[in-house]
Amino acid sequence: MAGLGRACLLIALAVCAYGIWASLYGVRRARPEFSASGRRCVYALAGVLTVAFAVLEVAFLSNDFAFNTVADTSSRTTPTFYRAAAVWSSQEGSLLLWAWLLSLWSSLALFLTRKRMRDVASYATAVLLGLAGFFISLMIFYATPFATTRPRPMEGAGLDPLLRFPTMMIHPPMLYSGYTLCTIPLAFGVGALLARRVDADWIKVVRRFAFAAWLFLGLGILLGARWSYAELGWGGYWGWDAVENASLMPWLTGTAFLHSLMIQEKRGMLKVWNVSLVLATGTLAIMGTFLVRSGVLNSIHAFGGATLGVPFVTLIGVLIGGSIYLVVSRRDVLRSEHRIDSLLSRESIFIANNLVLVALCFVIFWGTYFPLISEALNGREASVGPPWFDRYTVPLALVLVLLSGIGPVIAWRRATLANARRNFSVPLGVALLTLVALLAAGVTQKPFAIAMFCCAGFVLGSIGQEFVRGAAARRAMAGEPAPVALLSLVRRNRRRYGGYIVHLGMAVLFVGVAASSSFQHANELGLSPGQSTRVGSYTVRYLRPTATITPKYDRAHTGSTLSLGAILDVSRHGRHVATLQPSEGFYASPGGQGSVSSLIGGQPVSHISMDAGITRDVWSAIAPNIEAPSLQRIVMAGNSKLGPEEGIVAIALLAREYLRHPPQAQFHLIVSPLVMWIWIGGLIVLGGGLIAVWPSPSAVRRRVAVRVRSRAERDLVRA
Amino acid sequence: MSVLVAVLIVVLVAAVVIVVSAPLRASRVRARVSRHDDLEAERDAKYREIRDAELDYRTGKLSREDYEAIDGELRAEAIQILDRIEAEER
Repeated sequence: MAGLGRACLLIALAVCAYGIWASLYGVRRARPEFSASGRRCVYALAGVLTVAFAVLEVAFLSNDFAFNTVADTSSRTTPTFYRAAAVWSSQEGSLLLWAWLLSLWSSLALFLTRKRMRDVASYATAVLLGLAGFFISLMIFYATPFATTRPRPMEGAGLDPLLRFPTMMIHPPMLYSGYTLCTIPLAFGVGALLARRVDADWIKVVRRFAFAAWLFLGLGILLGARWSYAELGWGGYWGWDAVENASLMPWLTGTAFLHSLMIQEKRGMLKVWNVSLVLATGTLAIMGTFLVRSGVLNSIHAFGGATLGVPFVTLIGVLIGGSIYLVVSRRDVLRSEHRIDSLLSRESIFIANNLVLVALCFVIFWGTYFPLISEALNGREASVGPPWFDRYTVPLALVLVLLSGIGPVIAWRRATLANARRNFSVPLGVALLTLVALLAAGVTQKPFAIAMFCCAGFVLGSIGQEFVRGAAARRAMAGEPAPVALLSLVRRNRRRYGGYIVHLGMAVLFVGVAASSSFQHANELGLSPGQSTRVGSYTVRYLRPTATITPKYDRAHTGSTLSLGAILDVSRHGRHVATLQPSEGFYASPGGQGSVSSLIGGQPVSHISMDAGITRDVWSAIAPNIEAPSLQRIVMAGNSKLGPEEGIVAIALLAREYLRHPPQAQFHLIVSPLVMWIWIGGLIVLGGGLIAVWPSPSAVRRRVAVRVRSRAERDLVRA
Repeated sequence: MSVLVAVLIVVLVAAVVIVVSAPLRASRVRARVSRHDDLEAERDAKYREIRDAELDYRTGKLSREDYEAIDGELRAEAIQILDRIEAEER
């Protein structure tokens, strides 16, 4: 079936080439049938790439090791669940996933806009097909997912154990959906500039896709953070890693765009800024992909080879150069229709919010690419760590959260003293109450965390007030009971109130981040059974070791051959709180020297155990000392004396020895307050985002339209 | 390459050609439809802006003078769009 996959890629490239020509010919020569044919190329591309993706997926699920990518990233011992996800663990497979998702989202976008802005959409089609063509070319000329080896290997290397976690099944598709969705506003932005239709219409067309991109990217980032926290052995959820940062940058500029587009819609302002943000977001999304694929920067996530560096740099150069040329050459049609009336207005707050977001993006960009910058300037590769990022991002995040509370309540055009007093009393009151409560509880250190809690209180007050006032206004207009009025309010103004819920969720999320990073207690030490230690106000006692053998009995269901761990008792003030069972999995290494090493010689992976709660998480990881002489004697004896099929006997002996005479193990223990609120905040953001992005039922829209139309006509008659 | 794969490739190419060439084989797409849909979308967006302004006023984010000015402006724009839709429909 590899032949079918390769043919799919060639057909897809031909479809892209024809589609670009047809779209441009259609729009330049006013031949809509060619534009329609170009759009259908995107649909056809989605179909062809779906077949290609299915071919690869079947190869993984059926252990067809004739496919190089299957042999490199899967094995018979890899659980089926993870074999399905292993497709995108390889560079080739993830390029295919990128192109496939791009074709699917592009098809949806072009289908939904098929009757609108046809000139802009035709250019956008050409851009989207151009991007798809780029990725397909990479798969044909640089990294093909359908390369095969004969004779077919009997076994594969297996999926990287670090990736054998449920969140890893969905994290990459979410992130890639975000990246690929970012290119849709980019394509329409380029189309609007080429067609010189840069009024608010194109923004209205792409708004929903920009929001969807933001949502998917945010979800991908959150899942990545969750994976890092709940699966990796270092105990954090964000490490300012280059690949993490690469996904955060387009999310930040996308957030800025979602706010500034409202000013263009309402006031006809910020046209240059908006189109620049869209182009920057799309380009940053491509750069994010480039960072993962090129291997140009060190990252725990990056797994690409250096082979893709030149094509990506060329594409990014074309995107940046083309964007600058288009914006400069269209400056005559990008003039603002109005000016800002007052610095104390919603417009000004939105602009301030945009500046903070872009400043955050710039700081992260500088820190992420600093190794490259420093190497270019003085020939030495230097990098900056989390403290450098924290120094700049923490104050900016504080301002951002505060602005997210001010924005929803401040007046458009100009705020007067009277409406400022009316709108800010409640939020300021809640912020003040928060401060008093914190001081009363004895929280007097960590000023940034206290400031964040107060800002979050301010946001809670302002959003709560908006819902109460909106529901009251709805009751006054429609005479509905309060709960119905609240629901109708949200249903009829999804974008606005969904957005407010997102603000609330972000404030909650930042409370979790501030609390967990400022008031965390951590301890790294060696313990033997019976010994205990203190972490914050908790006592952790190592009760006894655990050991399981063969992938079938791996408690974490990741397919480890041997799993060594511990049972820990957690108590507080003498009362039992939780029992934790951290372990470390040892995986098969087909190339390992000897029958035992081939079974457990792969990269060991920590399986953390935690007691998560609303107020705090108690988190634990173990690194058992498998190098202990008593265990190594068994490994060496097994390697030298046992045949390939008998290695498991030595593993069983090793497990028994570990249970009988456990060597001292290294533990990493953390007590973090309010971590749970990061995930709750993320879910609130997701819920708000879904409300905001969800389309209104057409029947409702029609009914509303008829009513407002009659009012508009009635007022015209009065005038 | 097996016969099955060859047949699948031929079927795929045929399907692509059929999908992509359909608009070229059909009569020319009417540009008028596109304009009408653009106007309807514009009208719906304008109605939303009118509702938004009213909600802003009622929740204290627009002064009465600003609201009346904006509302009048938006309604006048809505009427213009309705007129253009009617002209398209005639």
